Amino acid sequence: VLNDFIQQFGPSTVGGLVVGSIYALVALGYTMVYGVLRLINFAHSEIFMIGTFATLFVLSLIGLPGPLTGLALVGMIVLLLVAAMAVSGGAAVLLEIIAYRPLRKRNAPRLAALISAIGASVFLQEFFALVVIPDVFHKPGRIDTAVPRLVDRDTVFTIFGADIKTDQVVIFVAAVVMMVALDQLVARTRIGRGIRATAQDPEAAVLMGVNIDTIVRLTFLLGGAMAGVAGVLYAMEFENISYKIGFVLGIKAFTAAVLGGIGNIRGALVGGIALGLVENWGAIFFGSQWKDVIAFVILVIVLLFRPTGILGESLQQARA
Amino acid sequence: MTEETNPRVGSPLTRVRHAVGGLGDTLRDRWADAPKWQRWLVYALLLALAIAAPSPLIGSFMSPYTDWTSLLFNPIGIYILLAIGLNIVVGHAGLLDLGYVAFFAIGAYTLAYLGIKHGFTFWPTLILGMAFASISGVILGAPTLRLRGDYLAIVTLGFGEIIRVVILNVDKIGGARGFSGIPLWSNFFWVYFFCGITILISWRLVRSAVGRAFLAVREDQIAAEAMGVNTTRYKVKAFMIGSFLAGVAGGLFAHYMMYLNPTMFMFIKSFEVVAMVVLGGLGSISGSIIAAIILTFLPEGLRMAKEVLHTTKDPRMVIYSIMLIALMLTRPQGLLGRRELWQVLPKRKDKAPKDPTTEQ
Repeated sequence: VLNDFIQQFGPSTVGGLVVGSIYALVALGYTMVYGVLRLINFAHSEIFMIGTFATLFVLSLIGLPGPLTGLALVGMIVLLLVAAMAVSGGAAVLLEIIAYRPLRKRNAPRLAALISAIGASVFLQEFFALVVIPDVFHKPGRIDTAVPRLVDRDTVFTIFGADIKTDQVVIFVAAVVMMVALDQLVARTRIGRGIRATAQDPEAAVLMGVNIDTIVRLTFLLGGAMAGVAGVLYAMEFENISYKIGFVLGIKAFTAAVLGGIGNIRGALVGGIALGLVENWGAIFFGSQWKDVIAFVILVIVLLFRPTGILGESLQQARA
Repeated sequence: MTEETNPRVGSPLTRVRHAVGGLGDTLRDRWADAPKWQRWLVYALLLALAIAAPSPLIGSFMSPYTDWTSLLFNPIGIYILLAIGLNIVVGHAGLLDLGYVAFFAIGAYTLAYLGIKHGFTFWPTLILGMAFASISGVILGAPTLRLRGDYLAIVTLGFGEIIRVVILNVDKIGGARGFSGIPLWSNFFWVYFFCGITILISWRLVRSAVGRAFLAVREDQIAAEAMGVNTTRYKVKAFMIGSFLAGVAGGLFAHYMMYLNPTMFMFIKSFEVVAMVVLGGLGSISGSIIAAIILTFLPEGLRMAKEVLHTTKDPRMVIYSIMLIALMLTRPQGLLGRRELWQVLPKRKDKAPKDPTTEQ
């Protein structure tokens, strides 16, 4: 077993980093919405799913001749990212307006918003399965939809016996760039200050002239856009999407958010990568069918010893 | 709430809410004015309806597409049991459990396994199934119930997935193929018998010292702690009772379906039960029952939507989820709020209790 572990350590580390960066991107949406509204936005996983389908839509609209290289590849990725971010971000804002705002305006109990969120999640899944996939993508009756290959999987370099492929480099770089950009946005700009203020104390933020509605909308927009980025990267890496992919990935991403410290943007990055790595390493020992179990056992263990997550809750102070 | 005093202003949503509220007021007034014999007549009619409910005549009207008796058993009866059980955990103790189906699965698989592989009969296995489910509730609850509410949600959700993955991968209990050959031991009578017992248990529980401790934990944990309530201990207790009742439901389910497989225990099932408890009104037993009936019957009643809309696709889940969101937006505090059905209807008009939750 140990020999196996040493042999597979390199490749599974690389795989863990790639999956982990996708978890982290989705986790950002959960963490930001939770930080501002204290709401587990269960429909966020469907926002991610919409991002993957937006990617497929753009690809089929352009008509990809084959794997791209060089400048064409960069241009294509930027185009896909912009399109998916716009679609996912728009969907997230729409979701907030339809499913959450009326409840928020009435000071409804938080559980009501949770039910509404899960209802929205079921709706989006079924709507895609029933209407969008058959009518827009003309793939009725199919659960999985293939995505054309965007990047050739050439080995860029080898480290500790692990071949690093082009697509993995692209995904990791894109994810890290997006996360750093978001982190800086929240840390430095006026908008970011509004988000942090609302997360700390909504009432005081209103008194200081922050427009909560705008901030909430922005939070959903940013979180949705990050889920859109994750959607592009996921479609690129796994080349197989379905209306169901959101669910498990959403749970994992929320786990990552809690693991890193919910409400903490850097925590989402740390939690996502940590979860991806531990899951892949654990799979060497126990077999890949136990991946999900490993992820949740890790979550429980971390929460037992550090109830506020690895980096702690920092977008706001911990409130009991 | 002040902007809602005039029914002519406000969003369409507010107007709908107002219309519904007005209808409720009329009904309440009528009921308060009714003489005693009229009330008894209504009670008698309700009783007659309950006795006549499983008959094929009503069945042909209510569900022309599926067998009415089995519909009353499997989704409706089982979900009523689950909703009452979860109502104790979520409604009374305020612990958001998103993995309730795990305990249901544990109960079902324990009974099926002991019954088939070890030749146990129904009653001993039912007791063992309940014991297993409540022990697993304590094992999960003891470490995690110290955490804050939202963390509990994700941990229980994870636990639900763990149990499903374990069932999927353990070959001894059938794995992905499913577990077949379970004898038919439970029936329509037993499921409603246990519903009655569960209602009784949870009714007595709410009015006991333990139930009051649950409410204290739900309302304000810090205040409860200050009053000498050992909050973690009561949370574990609530969890244990909830999982115990889920174990009963699981056992009845296993011996009715005669076949189990992991897809029966997906997350969506936990979610549906949580939706029933929240929609019925947190802590309201009759609310949970009513919501369980509505939400389980809804997909069945929506079968006709396929014909009305002239589609070959099955739009039930789309309509179901839209209705769920709409119900939540119009009555976020649940159908009955935190009260029971009979508390919504006042005894006499001049003594009508002023309850702030009705005013929304």
